[in-house]
Amino acid sequence: MFLKELSEARGVSSREQEVRDLIREYIKPHVDEVFTDSLGNLYGVKGKEKKGPKVMLAAHMDEVGLMITSIEKNGLLRFLPVGGIDPRVLVSKPVFIGKEKVAGVIGAKAIHLQKPEERTQVLGFDDLYIDIGASDEDEAKKLVKIGDVATFTTVFGKLGDLCVGKAFDDRAGCTALVELTKLEFNCPVYFVFTVQEEVGLRGAGPAAYRVNPDFCLVLEGTTASDVAGTDEEGYSTTLGEGPAVSVMDRSVIAHPKVVGRLFRLAEENGIPLQNKRTITGGTDAGVIALSREGVPTATVAVPCRYIHSPVTVMNQSDLEHMIKLTELFVHDIAEKGVEN
Amino acid sequence: MDLAELLNSLSETSGVSGYETMAADLIAERWLPMADEIRRDALGNVIALKKGKGHGKLLLAAHIDEIGLMVKKIDENGFIRFATVGGFDFRTLVAQEVTIHGKEDLRGVIGAKPPHLQSPNDQKKAYPKDEFYIDVGLKREKVDELVRIGDIITINRQVQKLAGQRYAGKSFDDRACVVMLTACFERLTQINHNLDVYLVATVQEEVGTRGALVSSYGINPDLAVAVDVCHGEFPGVRSDKGFILGKGPVISMGPDTHPRILDKLKEVADEGKIPYQLDASTSARGTDAWAIQIARSGVACSLLSLPLRYMHTSVETLDLGDIKEGGRLLAEFALKADRQFVEGLPCF
Repeated sequence: MFLKELSEARGVSSREQEVRDLIREYIKPHVDEVFTDSLGNLYGVKGKEKKGPKVMLAAHMDEVGLMITSIEKNGLLRFLPVGGIDPRVLVSKPVFIGKEKVAGVIGAKAIHLQKPEERTQVLGFDDLYIDIGASDEDEAKKLVKIGDVATFTTVFGKLGDLCVGKAFDDRAGCTALVELTKLEFNCPVYFVFTVQEEVGLRGAGPAAYRVNPDFCLVLEGTTASDVAGTDEEGYSTTLGEGPAVSVMDRSVIAHPKVVGRLFRLAEENGIPLQNKRTITGGTDAGVIALSREGVPTATVAVPCRYIHSPVTVMNQSDLEHMIKLTELFVHDIAEKGVEN
Repeated sequence: MDLAELLNSLSETSGVSGYETMAADLIAERWLPMADEIRRDALGNVIALKKGKGHGKLLLAAHIDEIGLMVKKIDENGFIRFATVGGFDFRTLVAQEVTIHGKEDLRGVIGAKPPHLQSPNDQKKAYPKDEFYIDVGLKREKVDELVRIGDIITINRQVQKLAGQRYAGKSFDDRACVVMLTACFERLTQINHNLDVYLVATVQEEVGTRGALVSSYGINPDLAVAVDVCHGEFPGVRSDKGFILGKGPVISMGPDTHPRILDKLKEVADEGKIPYQLDASTSARGTDAWAIQIARSGVACSLLSLPLRYMHTSVETLDLGDIKEGGRLLAEFALKADRQFVEGLPCF
């Protein structure tokens, strides 16, 4: 699996090139056809000529990040988030900026210089800067330019029984999709790696229109809050209890037949599967389901703690189970059709 | 000596106050080939002597300890609650990676309640201290096996090389100044200096300048320069409290500075064309200088500072040029201050 490589690759929304290039290399040997569209979505097609329902599997390549919006006279950089980032996770973190991976840090005024009441205030985007060590504007401009994007620098690794890295949302889904290209199915399968999910599900709609599938499954990373200080009802999802199906979120109500089928298959094959127990957030499924005359769509996701922070934590067994369940599901559709 | 390499190695080594052994071992090893004598005292201070012409005993001190965390409680699901050792802004700890020094080193991340479980009002506030915990990805039983209450936790951060000569990392407060002492040390081996110089990597500064207290008693110096970090300029920091990175070390003019040492430092800096900045501080700061100044029957003391942005975060930022210039200034001082200067210090 390429989870480490894909987690460490950098691809803020609309700047997905590095991730796209990696995935293109990974899937090329396993699919019949690889192409991109004008938004940057990457497609791998397998068994186009086969009979049976046309299945689309989708995962988004982009991650949340920061964009440099101004270079100050003192050489510090102002920035804004691309996608949803809580500024509270940014303080005291290193970042890499632009293609050249210019190193920078997000500092904060020393505690010694703060008034006690300052310590309870959020340092927001108006208070934070990226410091690349430039002593003035001119030096900074030699290294970065306005519009460059920055990512977290987290190195993928083990965290006890779990693993930690950046951007498991949605490189976990990308990893699963890459693995699935290695399998053979008795129906046409379109593996679609979408762009710009984090900034409003922009890549997936046009991709679904182009593919015009009979059915679509979106593979994601989703919120888990099975952590200290949270009551069980607030967990949303739990690490290690299998992938999670969203019945409903802000973007879509999953097709009930699809949800039922997923749970039936999971049960028959001894694969753990859980419900996502909150209805916040949205995924590519929201726009895919409404493509053309509508597409039966559902989202299956790997639970991730500290999502959209530099240190996302997940259980690799949930990813493995998501891959297995998706495989069984596509086989089931190839055999019995979408309606069954 | 490759000062950048030393800065990297020292920064990434663990050494929270009271548990400085690893960092102290590292610096003792680097100092050993240059020292006439080297020893550790009962608290763990590393004390090296570089003999000069015997005109007096100069103590140079920089602290080797860093702020850190300590295991306070393991909860029923294996999440670890922690206490702080030294002064932390908790806002810098959110989503921070750490190493827990249990039976084996464990990687952990600091979590806090997810935003979607907070009320919109709470999302506008910093996370309350009691909501912080460390996630090590293990079940309670396994955590119990590997981690005990009181185990030390360090922030996990690799040094980032920034533009020019600037670097960012943890524990530059005050290991960067230990590097400055090392730069001075190296220079002392090349010159015939007047003063006998005791270089000390002190322990437990962050919890109350404790290492400096006992090491200055032990050495009983005639004069001393404590070397510590001061704040770097940054938006929101008063211009008289924030010093410019890359414009040289900062000579303190506060009450912890003997007036004639102050003059001498400025004099040798001017002669050696060493850039420096002046800090008109109105009170003695909580540095090793405080403890040294009042050791035994009193020591003529001063404070040399290194500008550092984001002090007590894991991305403290400095300019290596300031470390080099500071090392040069200290060596010039040991070269030029003589017996007459030393003997005149008590005469007011």
